[in-house]
Amino acid sequence: MPKRTDIKKILLIGSGPIVIGQACEFDYSGTQACKALKEEGYEVILVNSNPATIMTDPEFADCTYIEPVTAEMVAKIIEKERPDALLPTIGGQTGLNVAVELAESGILAKYNVELIGAKIEAIKKAEDRMLFKAAVEKIGLSVPLSFAAYSAEDAIKYSKELGFPVIIRPAFTLGGSGSSIAYNLDELKDKVKFGVEASMIGQVLLEQSIIGWKEYELEVMRDLKDNVVIICPIENFDPMGIHTGDSITVAPAQTLSDKEYQVLRNASIAIMREIGVDTGGSNVQFGINPVDGKVVVIEMNPRVSRSSALASKATGFPIAKIAAKLAVGFTLDEIPNDITKYTYAAFEPTIDYVVTKIPRWTFEKFPGADEILGTQMKSVGEVMAIGRTFKESFQKAIRSLEIDKYSLYWSGPKPTKEQIVEKLRTPNCDRLYFIREALKSNFSIDDIFNFTKIDRWFLSNLKELVDMETVISAAKKNKKALPGVIKEAKQFGFSDRYLARLLGTKEKQIWQFRLKHGIKPVYKMVDTCAAEFEAFTPYLYSTYEEEDEALPTKNKKIAILGGGPNRIGQGIEFDYCCVHAAFALREDGYEIIMINCNPETVSTDYDTSDRLYFEPLTFEDTLHILKREKPDGVIVQFGGQTPLKLALPLFKEKVKIIGTSPKSIDVAENRKLFGALLNKLKIPQPENGTAHNLKDALKAAKRIGYPVLVRPSYVLGGRAMEIVYDEESMVNFFKMALAVSGKHPVLIDKFLEDAGEIDVDAVCDGSTTVICGIMEHIEEAGIHSGDSACVIPAFSLAESQLATIRKYTCALAKELKVIGLMNIQYAYKGDIIYVLEVNPRASRTVPFVSKATGIPWAKVAARVMTGKKLKEMGITKEIQSEHFSVKESVFPFAKFPGVDSVLGPEMKSTGEVMGIDSDFGRAFAKSQMAAGAALPVKGTVFISVKNKDKRNIIYVAKQLVDLGFKLVATDGTASLLSKNGMEVLQVKKVGEGRPNIVDSIRNKEIDLIINTPTGKGPKTDEYHIRRAAIVSNIPCITTVAGAQAAVNGIESLLKRELSVKSLQEYHFKAKLK
Amino acid sequence: MKKQKKAILALEDGTVFEGRNFGYEGEAYGEVVFNTSMTGYQEILTDPSYCGQIVTMTYPMIGNYGININDMESGKSQVSGFIVKEYSKVVSNFRSEESLGEYLKRNKVICLEGIDTRKLVRHIRTHGAKKGILSTIDADCKRLIKKAKASPSIVGVDLVKRVTCSKPYKWTEGPFFVDKEFEKSKEDQLKLFDAVHKKKHYNVVAVDCGIKFNILRDLVFHGCTVTVVPASTTAEQILAYKPDGVFLSNGPGDPEAVTYVVETVKKLLGKIPIFGICLGHQMLGLALGGKTYKLKFGHRGGNQPVMRLENRKVEITSQNHGFAVDMSSLNDKKVIQTHINLNDKTSEGLKHTEYNLFSVQYHPEASPGPHDAAYLFEEFIQRMGQNPVTKQGEK
Repeated sequence: MPKRTDIKKILLIGSGPIVIGQACEFDYSGTQACKALKEEGYEVILVNSNPATIMTDPEFADCTYIEPVTAEMVAKIIEKERPDALLPTIGGQTGLNVAVELAESGILAKYNVELIGAKIEAIKKAEDRMLFKAAVEKIGLSVPLSFAAYSAEDAIKYSKELGFPVIIRPAFTLGGSGSSIAYNLDELKDKVKFGVEASMIGQVLLEQSIIGWKEYELEVMRDLKDNVVIICPIENFDPMGIHTGDSITVAPAQTLSDKEYQVLRNASIAIMREIGVDTGGSNVQFGINPVDGKVVVIEMNPRVSRSSALASKATGFPIAKIAAKLAVGFTLDEIPNDITKYTYAAFEPTIDYVVTKIPRWTFEKFPGADEILGTQMKSVGEVMAIGRTFKESFQKAIRSLEIDKYSLYWSGPKPTKEQIVEKLRTPNCDRLYFIREALKSNFSIDDIFNFTKIDRWFLSNLKELVDMETVISAAKKNKKALPGVIKEAKQFGFSDRYLARLLGTKEKQIWQFRLKHGIKPVYKMVDTCAAEFEAFTPYLYSTYEEEDEALPTKNKKIAILGGGPNRIGQGIEFDYCCVHAAFALREDGYEIIMINCNPETVSTDYDTSDRLYFEPLTFEDTLHILKREKPDGVIVQFGGQTPLKLALPLFKEKVKIIGTSPKSIDVAENRKLFGALLNKLKIPQPENGTAHNLKDALKAAKRIGYPVLVRPSYVLGGRAMEIVYDEESMVNFFKMALAVSGKHPVLIDKFLEDAGEIDVDAVCDGSTTVICGIMEHIEEAGIHSGDSACVIPAFSLAESQLATIRKYTCALAKELKVIGLMNIQYAYKGDIIYVLEVNPRASRTVPFVSKATGIPWAKVAARVMTGKKLKEMGITKEIQSEHFSVKESVFPFAKFPGVDSVLGPEMKSTGEVMGIDSDFGRAFAKSQMAAGAALPVKGTVFISVKNKDKRNIIYVAKQLVDLGFKLVATDGTASLLSKNGMEVLQVKKVGEGRPNIVDSIRNKEIDLIINTPTGKGPKTDEYHIRRAAIVSNIPCITTVAGAQAAVNGIESLLKRELSVKSLQEYHFKAKLK
Repeated sequence: MKKQKKAILALEDGTVFEGRNFGYEGEAYGEVVFNTSMTGYQEILTDPSYCGQIVTMTYPMIGNYGININDMESGKSQVSGFIVKEYSKVVSNFRSEESLGEYLKRNKVICLEGIDTRKLVRHIRTHGAKKGILSTIDADCKRLIKKAKASPSIVGVDLVKRVTCSKPYKWTEGPFFVDKEFEKSKEDQLKLFDAVHKKKHYNVVAVDCGIKFNILRDLVFHGCTVTVVPASTTAEQILAYKPDGVFLSNGPGDPEAVTYVVETVKKLLGKIPIFGICLGHQMLGLALGGKTYKLKFGHRGGNQPVMRLENRKVEITSQNHGFAVDMSSLNDKKVIQTHINLNDKTSEGLKHTEYNLFSVQYHPEASPGPHDAAYLFEEFIQRMGQNPVTKQGEK
């Protein structure tokens, strides 16, 4: 069937900010969908609140709305744009839920908007657990025994039949939000309550536990002619009971015979038909009892998902792109396969390699978080690796994680037998390393299986790796056998680093030894068809075999090193920059080579670059590629800290790094050199020092004077960074900072209390420096810049202050000989502007600044790095924005019960949103709404501030009263407010009996919380207040500056209803001026 | 680690691969082909259509789930040799009864592992299927290449006689269900089907050119009483069984070399409903006056898209053939092309406007592979309830 001509304008809903369970895979799918629909001539309207996405680049849609992804705001967009159709299946759970709300509220019917891809009935059938169960049973398939519950009382009743443990799954949530396992009645009551609150429809499914069964996922595609194909079967390394997003997964399925696989295939197709997903991709999950092969259906997602992104990257079949084309009426047999150009999308990819995905966790960021893995996803990113065997791909995946692990080796203290058993028994992020420990301690495969329920096939493969270690160590003395052993070890995926460790030598020596003996990787193609047809897209991975298919060209080419796995502090923003560099330089006629290992990203779409190497970003793996490709330039400044760390080692290997030289990068990071540079330029910086040990640290801190900011060098996202107020805290904290810093010194700075903070992004071509944007933080200095909200243009700075900032920025760019992007953080206290930090690389704020100013700064910088001048590009002066853009951060605290949500110098946010409007208040209000904490326009505000803030809060409180809010406060703040003539209701503190403030919050009697922390540590009143706010989803502001901004926002909201405006409209207007 | 014995693959064009043996020791000739199925190595090994061929699996890790009695497609391993990237010594599956290595040794199959199978596959793709020799006893590559060159070609050779049964027998076994409860929907469907088609037990004579057990299981599943007869059985002998339909099976090698079956089929045309699969499709094509030709490297795998022209829907099919029917050689206007391969547009199915017959080049019985085309067995049942000849034309 040809494409539909009765629809012309299609609305796409993006997934909003990056949160746990919904990361940049939806930018990948959304970008593909936008491209595919535009390619077919449709007018694409896009809404997404996340500025760091490629999909929200103005060229990917006809009208791009960076507006909150809520039914209310999308309805306004529909009213304005009048699209013919809405494609709800590419924006994750968020997009789907908003589409459901719009359908149910009658908005879609009112404006005559057709849901394409999946109809509302199909979505509900798949998402409502009871309807799903009924549908699956109707076609004769089995599901685990289950009941729907709406309360704890229901749950207790059903638990008798289910037995313990019971799995609790809330309906309509993503990433297993609110889902859990209860082992007894008490747990059941608590967890059901939590789950009911997390569910959009207040429903949870109580399910019989099949913990320990094997888990599989199939990616399915269907078209309007009812052609159905399976893209990829994925087998989970970790058994049932661990969220798929937190499981190591392997493609294709490894331990199923054809008969067993076909059972899953038939079931997936039958489910797809019964649920009635018209077109597009879905994924179906199964559990299989390893003892007798009994199969049950777990769930289905009627949309593209994290797994479909993985399946796309694992097979080369672009699921989201094809899904978009199917949604407008094409059928699978009409869509050509990009890779072979000869075959069609109507086929099932077959692969001749093994793919391993390992999640990336950041528990170190959340002290107090429960690190046990279960049914609620906790990881923030993932890596994927490709190898010709499971062993090779598994070991490549480990070193892709960038957690300083290059093998299964556990570098912590030697565990006891009991510790090993404990680590095997309870799923956790270190379990795989403990499998090695167990094997080393002579546990049998059966023992390990009994503890972990990880399939014996996987365990035996790990055992082969451990056994190989012995062979390698033994070969140390056998010079003749060594080359053979090393070759075999490389085929097993061993890293040079680990081989060096086993052989008692240096990584460099292993490298040289290998090259001398001709042991080098070859590159093979991901081609969807196991070489049956010729492939035309160089999507490559390394392996140690004979034939090399890389065939580098003689074209002018640039290699870009990507950012690796998403983590807190280094996420989609850096991938955005890499993708922009690729786009810009491709346009300029360069061949682009992308190296990255993150399957969720746009950078690892084979369409983004000319040649894609899906490889770990380690020295060894990247250097091999660069030696093979011999690019004319390598860009390391766009992918965050990951490639930046490789800059110097690669530079020493004569790799041609373009842009700011690695030496300048080093100067900026090196405290001494940088201090000297600032002195020379007469730019003030807070008093500071460095320390390699505690004694020096104490000495330095004493000299500088407390409070001081302590942090390791060469880290992103403020890892192990803290404000230290006294000697005792220094003693406690220094050890951790030193551990993270490694051989680099720990930095100690004077902490400027109550100073304002400013972020500046600039681009320099060696002679001209242009400021991309000056961003004023809403919160004071001391909160990590990645966690604080910021505004363009600066709203409270004087022209003289801005002039100083501009002067310093240009001077620093010139002195550091920056070619490309740089980011500077300033603090101001009184009239003095201090430089806190200079980073001569792309920063996290580049996408935000680009969206705010309408100039793709990363593209500009990439061109500068290849020798173009800013003047040539017509970029000569700072953009003076007519509108206000606010960036707000989004936090994962809801996923980590027990963790305090207070902010500090260590970054904790997973993502960001942007609010744009004509005035600051409205832009701020939009940003809060987009971040899921919409400001109330009426109701009750609870205020509790530390003494220092009391004076400043009075004005804020008065304004709130004037705006019609009621005030509630505990003792101290209450008397302050009444003394100042405000009516205030006093509530009890947690320790003062009940009902207390936490009860009020839980009972939803409070609409807004202003609580500035005293920093007194955990389990205090304020901790309970903040936790209750998170659980009850009530906006909670933790700084006076934030409170002031909120008041501005509320004021604007009360003045006039919010309206929507596309990026194209904003920037068109700007260009006209 | 125990050292495995070396094994060498030499192709007639001089290409040599050296690796390790994990099966039986010795030397074997065959046409070197590849299969792209990610699962189903056991079904592939025991499929008689692979007689005379050395099969390379494109999926790199083979042996993971072992071998079990229920997934056999014939009584023994049929391939001349077997090539994989990595043989998995570890077996993990609740149905496994034996490791792949043990099975191959027991069946005297010479195997090769540890080579760059993708390189071999790309070589075959570029240069076509090649004659080759697999040896664990001769380390002289030059001599092996010579032997490969001298080995018999698959073209023009009747391989059917090597795999057909020696005498007729009844087949009664139905299909195997991994999880009976989970797959009960299939049985429900069948009950419904039975209710629609009143007659439950059709007599089918299956001409065994190397028939896969799963075809027989599927026929039994659809209520047929099946008699399997040797390929040399004449039309008269077949009709003497008074069957309701004749089934022409899959089988190895060059169809034009199996003249006696073509003759038999010619005599059956219009006398009885006929269903052919794979070689059976080619037999019908030849009997109807067409020609067959050798494909460059054939279709072997479980992901081949086939378009059913009647409704233009695509089925993902299991395939294993090195020859194809040349539809342009069929001048008879009564022969209708029913299915084509979506990729290379080769013939995948035919029917006749007058005679009650139909056939497909691919494998609706799957095993290994997708079950999308299972409806063809139902079609056969329906056809057996109809006349062998339709005068009105298309049926």
